[in-house]
Amino acid sequence: MSEFLLEAQELNTRYGSSHILHGVNFKIRYGESLALMGRNGMGKTTLIRSMLGLVRPFSGQVRARGEDVTGAETYRISLMGIAYVPEGRGIFSSLSVKENLLMAARPGPTGKKDWTYDRVLDRFPRLAERLKNGGNQLSGGEQQMLTIGRALMTNPDLLILDEATEGLAPLVSREIWKIVREIRESGIATVVVDKNYAALTAISDRSVILVKGRVVFDGDSEALNGDSELIAKHLGV
Amino acid sequence: MNFKITTRNLLVAVLLLMLCALPLFAEKFYVQLFSKILIMGIFAMSLDLLVGYVGLVSLGHAAFFGLAGYCAALLSPQYEAGNFFVSFSAAISICILFALLTGVLALRTKSFYFIMVTLAFAQMIFFIFHDTKIGGGGDGIYIYQKPLLAISGITLLELENFKTFYWFTFGWLIAIYAFLRILLQSHYGHALGGIKVNEHRMRALGYPVFWYKLSAYVIAGSIGGIAGYFNAIQFGFVNPENISWHTSANVLMMVILGGMGSLHGAVFGASVFILLQELISNESMLGSFASHWSLMMGFFIVAVSLFLPNGLTGLFSRGSKK
Repeated sequence: MSEFLLEAQELNTRYGSSHILHGVNFKIRYGESLALMGRNGMGKTTLIRSMLGLVRPFSGQVRARGEDVTGAETYRISLMGIAYVPEGRGIFSSLSVKENLLMAARPGPTGKKDWTYDRVLDRFPRLAERLKNGGNQLSGGEQQMLTIGRALMTNPDLLILDEATEGLAPLVSREIWKIVREIRESGIATVVVDKNYAALTAISDRSVILVKGRVVFDGDSEALNGDSELIAKHLGV
Repeated sequence: MNFKITTRNLLVAVLLLMLCALPLFAEKFYVQLFSKILIMGIFAMSLDLLVGYVGLVSLGHAAFFGLAGYCAALLSPQYEAGNFFVSFSAAISICILFALLTGVLALRTKSFYFIMVTLAFAQMIFFIFHDTKIGGGGDGIYIYQKPLLAISGITLLELENFKTFYWFTFGWLIAIYAFLRILLQSHYGHALGGIKVNEHRMRALGYPVFWYKLSAYVIAGSIGGIAGYFNAIQFGFVNPENISWHTSANVLMMVILGGMGSLHGAVFGASVFILLQELISNESMLGSFASHWSLMMGFFIVAVSLFLPNGLTGLFSRGSKK
């Protein structure tokens, strides 16, 4: 078994004629918690989408659990225990909260069933109060909780959260960070993208910064947190 | 499921009872008209599974309708009744096969392109029957005797009897409605709903979206075939018009009229469409204007789509929709 759960090697991705990712190397170990950072348009989402088969990379290789999955069907990669909570959430508005959750239910790739319907509701009591509501009747925070809950129902080994707290009120954001920390402590590897660098470095082991489709920093989150110069240079507005 | 006695449920029960008892008091013409409505109701439900629940708008659904019809005709011996079980299962098998073949290709496309590809496949079938002698060319072929529903010589149902035929199609409509209802409330049905809203998210959740769409396409195609088979044996006549894009467009209009994404809406849409067509093309009522019935039908459909975005059933379920 490979040491890495998901890795990208020399990944190049283009949208038409614009070259977005320039030979990106990216790795995540089992149980590791990683912060993916960078200003807008630097290629964070494109990197995630390329690794998950939602965009076909132009060159380079993607490996999941040591297996080459470059350009493989997204659902196959998902079935390898990689859950994705995309930016904009994507609640199924035609389904109720309960249906949204139950639709995702399945044991993980190794057969583990840590996250059951009851446990998700236990963790997200606000969802339990709204089981019969349609997905589009929820507030932004509740929607984010529902997508995280839905992703957990697939019992993943890796949870990728794109723009985890985008557009959420500070109090709700704090709740989301708390949940992310709990997920991490439960042993699930996480890749989190967010604008709140302080919160992000505080909950992650390692940080990766992308600038114009290239990795400019890959190292300890704690070290990055102390380096205000580096943060200002690559992430400051 | 909790069932409450409400005015609405009572009305539905009364309506169903009346429909069931229709052959006991109505004239032959009306019983046959309602048989036609039931058949088109089945056809509309099958298309609604695609359009309303998976978000796949097909303009080639008549291919299944016509293929099954031709199958019924070609497998009926000329001067005696054919075997229902043989021709029916052959017709449905052909539809499943056709759905698999065309679905694998058509489902690689989306939205507008899907419409065009399904239309193209249906037109191919249309011209195969129109331009060759397989099914009598443009004139079509006749089924002189309805197939015999018999097991080892014992006749189970006399389909030649217009009343029996009505009850038979009525039973099929109820059975197909129940089947689709259960299917759509299952895990599978919810997955289809998810695909309609957001295909990418469903893939990210680990669903092989393509196979879900293909299976729905096959189910819709085979139910469309059931309707086509009954249509052929009811009228004892099949011609290329059954496969033409007019037929595909008509059934799509029935679905839109009734309200997409509602099974009873599809049946209701089919009823309104056929009854209205019967009414406005009636020369004794409207005189020479009746020959322009499709113009009036057009206005009616435009009006419904403008003012009732949820179709005619939207009139009844306002406020009670989940």
